[in-house]
Amino acid sequence: MASNLIFQCPDSMTDAITHYCPGCTHGIIHRLVAETLDELGLRERTVGVAPVGCSVLAYNYFNCDFLEAAHGRAPAFATGLKRARPDLIVFTYQGDGDLASIGTAEIIHAANRGEKFTTIFVNNAIYGMTGGQMAPTTLPGQVTTTSPFGRDVQTCGYPIRVRELLSALRTPAYIARVAVHTPRHVIEAKKAVRKAFQYQVQGRCFSLVEVLSTCPTNWGMTPIESTQWVQDNMVPYFPLGELKVPEEE
Amino acid sequence: MRAGAIHYFAYPITPQTEVAEYLARRMPEVGGVFLQAESEVAASNMIFGAASAGVRVFTTSSSPGISLMSEAMSYIAAAELPAVFVNIVRNGPGLGGILPSQGDYFQATRGGGHGDYRLLVLAPSSVQETVEHVMLAFDLADKYRNPVMVLGDGLIGQMMEPVDFSSVPTPHPPDKSSWATTGCKSRKPYLIKTLFLDPQQSEEHNRKLAAKYDEMRKHEVRFEKYNIDNDCKVVIVAFGTAARVCKTAVDELKRNGLRVGLFRPISLFPFPYEPLHEISETGTVHALLVVEMNTGQMIDDVRLAVADRKPIAFYGRQGGMVPSPEEVLGEIHQLI
Repeated sequence: MASNLIFQCPDSMTDAITHYCPGCTHGIIHRLVAETLDELGLRERTVGVAPVGCSVLAYNYFNCDFLEAAHGRAPAFATGLKRARPDLIVFTYQGDGDLASIGTAEIIHAANRGEKFTTIFVNNAIYGMTGGQMAPTTLPGQVTTTSPFGRDVQTCGYPIRVRELLSALRTPAYIARVAVHTPRHVIEAKKAVRKAFQYQVQGRCFSLVEVLSTCPTNWGMTPIESTQWVQDNMVPYFPLGELKVPEEE
Repeated sequence: MRAGAIHYFAYPITPQTEVAEYLARRMPEVGGVFLQAESEVAASNMIFGAASAGVRVFTTSSSPGISLMSEAMSYIAAAELPAVFVNIVRNGPGLGGILPSQGDYFQATRGGGHGDYRLLVLAPSSVQETVEHVMLAFDLADKYRNPVMVLGDGLIGQMMEPVDFSSVPTPHPPDKSSWATTGCKSRKPYLIKTLFLDPQQSEEHNRKLAAKYDEMRKHEVRFEKYNIDNDCKVVIVAFGTAARVCKTAVDELKRNGLRVGLFRPISLFPFPYEPLHEISETGTVHALLVVEMNTGQMIDDVRLAVADRKPIAFYGRQGGMVPSPEEVLGEIHQLI
């Protein structure tokens, strides 16, 4: 009996085993990007830009040209690359420390200039690679190694909602927030990632998808507890959905 | 642009903003890219990105801006990419001022950024030479896949002089298809990175870079000897604008029958240690005078070249003050 192939590793991913911790959702997010590149036939003209953080090694897992930027500078790096070669499909893959802290200036100005690349912004409310420090997206009261008594909004302010912040700008084409902690959310996330890349292919300006992600290791939870924590704590503060879609021309 | 460099990313800063203003109009006419970045940090990382795509790319800035660009310079050197940085030095430290200075010699030759890397540094002393050095800088950057800095100062940046472009050769940028990240169609994916977590690999990478810097030391030493002959008594050592002032002083001394020459390092890295050493060993030379627009930076390299075998005097002006030929003459008369 002939068998039908219904699931396989996307061409845009390598066979490498990732270094990500059990229960971390970077792997899912990588896969959504890779599937999108496959489906839109973009792999051979795509250049990815890795951040500094846990996903600095993303270049080991994507089967396309890849570069590694300095901490927070991926949007500037991608600007130079895309301006030099407008025919390429360029995406940055950045975490919350990288994009929302050290690279705040770069992301705001790249978005505001309408640079024609796509940013996948992975928000897990903590610094992963350096071992669980407070991020600009750490939730009020959340305990991290540098907020040992919980994030105090009197001294640290409230977490930055990047989707909302960037949507205040007129120029960007597409800004959405998604999550990947349940299969239903993964399906929704895929749609947003696909749209973001489609808009880039169409030559529309800047697109960003914020993805709520997990960090069981630094949150001190099991993978299953982590997915529940996303639902109970992150989603209420970081509402899901598209906040900016292309203006009618 | 005559070097085939039509990608420029920059941030305005005195005393060189005229370059950005000119290119903002000119780049679109040739189908190039002019982009005013949100900061020098961003501009230099745009350079990093564009260099990865294999295009000839450059920026111009001045001292405080170069401090911010040092982050990307370290990465670009580590990633082995070609790029050209022009520093029209102003007086510092801190915000300092907007007048000419040579206070960034250490920063340029010792690296303002982190890690064990070198910039190839060229120091012009006229507008004509600046044109030639910028052309050369792109060729050297491509040849070594390393950032090259043209180190001017506020005087050279603001001066108007006639320039002859006919002496400038037509550039031939090399083929970069063996490493430029332009999409992996019909080849394996390329990766440009600077992270080496394995200490052995990291050491290997450091040694590879060091070997490249040794090649520069062998092949890229540049200098000018002015009025240096076998019976020279004092040798002035100066670069850039300071050297130009010293030339006037040397001419004046020659008219008065005094045998004083000028040694002008043109490549600051690699520094012309050996040629300067040879000259300092000449029997008639009994002293050297280093003239700089700082409190004494290049003098460290002159000391390395001379190796304590002859006395070395120093004359410096700071804060945007430019030494006059008369001041240099006064120093020389104290030595003769």
